[in-house]
Amino acid sequence: MRYVARKGALFLITLWGAITLNFLLPRLMPGSPVDAALARLASSGVPITNAERQAVEIQLGSPHASLLSQYGDYLSGIVHLNFGSSYSFPTETVAQTIGKAAPWTLGLVGVTTIVAFIIGTLLGVYAGWRRGKPADTTVTLGATFLAAFPPFWLGLLLLYVLAFKLSLFPIKGGYNPGETPNLSPSFLADAVYHSILPAVTLAITTLSGWVFGMRNNMINTLGEDYVTFAEANGLRTRTIALLYAARNAILPNVTAFGLSLGAVVGGSVLVEGVFSYPGLGNLLYIAVSNHDFPLMQALFLVITVTMLVAIFVVDLLYVRLDPRVRQA
Amino acid sequence: MTLLDVHGVNVVYEPSRGTRIWSVREVDLALEEGEFVGLVGESGCGKSTLGFALTRMLRAPARLENGVIQFDGVDVASLSGEVLRRQRRNGFAIVLQSGMNALNPVRNVEDHFADILKAHARSGEHHPRAAVRRRGAELLGKVRLDPAVLAKFPFELSGGMRQRVSIALVLALEPRMIVFDEPTTALDVIVQKAVMKTIQELQQESGFTAILISHDLGVVLESTNRVMVMYAGRIVEDQPSKDLVRGLHHPYTEALLRCYADPRAEEIHLAGIPGSPPDLSLPVSGCAFAPRCPLVQDICWKVVPPLAPLGRGLAACHVRAPSDKVPGAKAVAAKVASGRVGQT
Amino acid sequence: MSIVTSVPPPTVPGAAVQIPPGRASSVPGPFRFIGRSLRTLWANGKARIGLVILGLDILVALLAPLIAPHSPTATTFPPYLGPNATNWFGTTGNGQDVFSQMIYGARISLLVGIIAGAVATFVAVTIGLIAGYRPGVVDEVLSFVTNLALVIPGLPLMFILAAYLKSRSVWTIVLVVAFTSWATGARVIRSQASTLRTREFVTSAQFSGERLFRVVFREILPNMTSLVAGSFFAAATAAVMAEASLEFLGLGDPNTVSWGTILYYAQQQNALLTGQWVMIFAPGLAIALLALSFTLVNFGVDALSNPRLREKS
Repeated sequence: MRYVARKGALFLITLWGAITLNFLLPRLMPGSPVDAALARLASSGVPITNAERQAVEIQLGSPHASLLSQYGDYLSGIVHLNFGSSYSFPTETVAQTIGKAAPWTLGLVGVTTIVAFIIGTLLGVYAGWRRGKPADTTVTLGATFLAAFPPFWLGLLLLYVLAFKLSLFPIKGGYNPGETPNLSPSFLADAVYHSILPAVTLAITTLSGWVFGMRNNMINTLGEDYVTFAEANGLRTRTIALLYAARNAILPNVTAFGLSLGAVVGGSVLVEGVFSYPGLGNLLYIAVSNHDFPLMQALFLVITVTMLVAIFVVDLLYVRLDPRVRQA
Repeated sequence: MTLLDVHGVNVVYEPSRGTRIWSVREVDLALEEGEFVGLVGESGCGKSTLGFALTRMLRAPARLENGVIQFDGVDVASLSGEVLRRQRRNGFAIVLQSGMNALNPVRNVEDHFADILKAHARSGEHHPRAAVRRRGAELLGKVRLDPAVLAKFPFELSGGMRQRVSIALVLALEPRMIVFDEPTTALDVIVQKAVMKTIQELQQESGFTAILISHDLGVVLESTNRVMVMYAGRIVEDQPSKDLVRGLHHPYTEALLRCYADPRAEEIHLAGIPGSPPDLSLPVSGCAFAPRCPLVQDICWKVVPPLAPLGRGLAACHVRAPSDKVPGAKAVAAKVASGRVGQT
Repeated sequence: MSIVTSVPPPTVPGAAVQIPPGRASSVPGPFRFIGRSLRTLWANGKARIGLVILGLDILVALLAPLIAPHSPTATTFPPYLGPNATNWFGTTGNGQDVFSQMIYGARISLLVGIIAGAVATFVAVTIGLIAGYRPGVVDEVLSFVTNLALVIPGLPLMFILAAYLKSRSVWTIVLVVAFTSWATGARVIRSQASTLRTREFVTSAQFSGERLFRVVFREILPNMTSLVAGSFFAAATAAVMAEASLEFLGLGDPNTVSWGTILYYAQQQNALLTGQWVMIFAPGLAIALLALSFTLVNFGVDALSNPRLREKS
């Protein structure tokens, strides 16, 4: 239980660190993001009320209030989920915009990451088990090659070949334009259809990391005495490969899973941008292109916090997998 | 009756880059049922490799080059796959050097037993958890461990306990021969004695043939009834254990014995063996010990001495145990024995 | 009281020739070291391919003014052309020759990749060494900062930093990339350094009075060369990808010509719809190959850390 307590404390401290970093970032940047933000807001038709001005200042930095009081306002803003208005989407608050995009990303990125992890790990187990044989070389070379593809380039290629030339898949969007998102089966089916290309792109680019990691772990584990002893005792090959080798080899990968989410999120920004897929990544793309600072800040916070939560969840899962940490 | 009959076993290490090394050369040996044999030699002499070869546990880059390993009449050197796996029940088994790492860290002791019992279940045999627990407790009892150990994970056990669990797991296979590869090397002296005592008692109770591989001559002489000495990949002496402490022996064995200090003596003479073991990547003509042997003769450089009778056992030395198969050996030996020798 | 005496070994004719004591291995001069490393890398199949690709890229970058048929920025050609005799890769929407852009683009990608990789590695090594060598508060603080940097998603942070910063030069990109990629290397180096810290040769150096700086750089660092090299190549790979991503999103300097900006303009000008597939294919392939070359060389660096090949004191 000490392990859980320690990880929990780490989670809270890192969470605090991330939030504070998010707070300090715009205030450390050269120039005044506040004035720029207010100007943009005005030009997109949002009335600059005092409340509006205050919200922007809380997010981006106020020349009047002290740093500490700004920090307090900032924290309370987070708790109330008040992030102000965005000028890319002037009709709604930032919170609403993010809320609409989140499910798309969670669906796409979440599912893809898990699928890529499973497939990559299995391929890694296979390659490690058959080390040196043709199967291993193929998998390794294939993974190396795929790993080098910039995600957005792969997306563009797939888009060009499969969507544009062969018209097998839609060119952009998360659903048919003109439809409003709902939970009907036909809409969901359409959504899935639209998500196939982005999902494949993301999966291919993140797969290779798992393959390599797992393969290396397998090779190390296979050299361990307990694998030799299991063989000497005549255990079945499948038992040894799965319950003795893979079961131990996967542990470092699980800890790496949480950390890799950062890369996955980064990749999703590019992929969603290429496919105009209406998720958080695309939102960040739009925000960055428009210098929409309030939206950027909020998105960064949401992304970071989600990642930290995911890492913490993975840490908790790890306890189930490795009995050695249960004793702290 | 002869349980293990080995002829002409050679093991070669072939790393992908670098020279090949012959670590076991032309080994013949025969073991009866119920014997407790020790296999000693310095590091690198090939004893562990031989142990692994006999239990078919060699892994790349090591390879059994040729040889016949007859286990109870079956040539196991040619077996592979599922047949070989099945052979491990009621056949041969090996306990690895120090049980420190021999157990799967994420499975507890009871799981280990379940895995073994399931792997060798004959058709129709089932092993529900209760049966596994019963059998596990029974086997743990044989190695003097409490049944409560079943629920523990390896990291919760001490080194000595883990070694005993390894032995208990091997016993689950009901083996007729067990190779113990340096079972006490990583343990401290007190635990060492306890574990060796347990192994001895087990061997006497169950009657399995045991091969104890060790570089510690003292441990071996205490527990075994027969000792084989290895040097540079060959067996150079094979004697009943009690005979080893006195009388004439292979010069290497004598040198080994001189390396041990008698703590009760008034003066202790520590001797080393000058020179170093031969480079095993090269073929050795003649006796491998010749460069370091105080009794070396001309013939020693030219002809590999075969194992020939010496006392109640065998030795591979032209001078101490001249063989009929080597012309001129008997003459040389007689010359040396009569003291008329010039060292040539 | 027993007396331990050492009996002189019996004289043995033909005893094994005494092995002469080895000459103390002198730490090779830097050039010999590089030469030997290159030779070892070349021997490894994968690394060899990587070195070849990298070498080609460097050549193209250095000789760009000589190889490129036209100026990369001159808008003298008819826009939106597909591949033809004068413009092997076609032209952009502004009438620039894509082929020349590709050649000059090598400069930026290589520059950013290598420099950002080097800066990130330098920061990683410094922080890692200090944290690994000084247990206690210093280590705790540095480890916390490293973990924080690891956890914060790198690419989004990069995008945001680039969006905030007004100036848009290549150096901005180098800094932003380096700032976000040092953490992985730092963690690896810290754990290795803390392992080495307790080794005997370090303790003996300390006892002989060497100062901290010398101990770290003379004793510990040479044993981590392959780790540092591996870190560098990994960081360089990430830097190349990151730079391309930033350019693609329009966060780079729109006036410089790099492979990423070619893709950016391709996207802006809907190259997909105008059928200019070369404009999409070529820069992406070039980026992929450069990143691949760094990864392949890294395979060779792993081989360098094989004890058989490593120079040890």
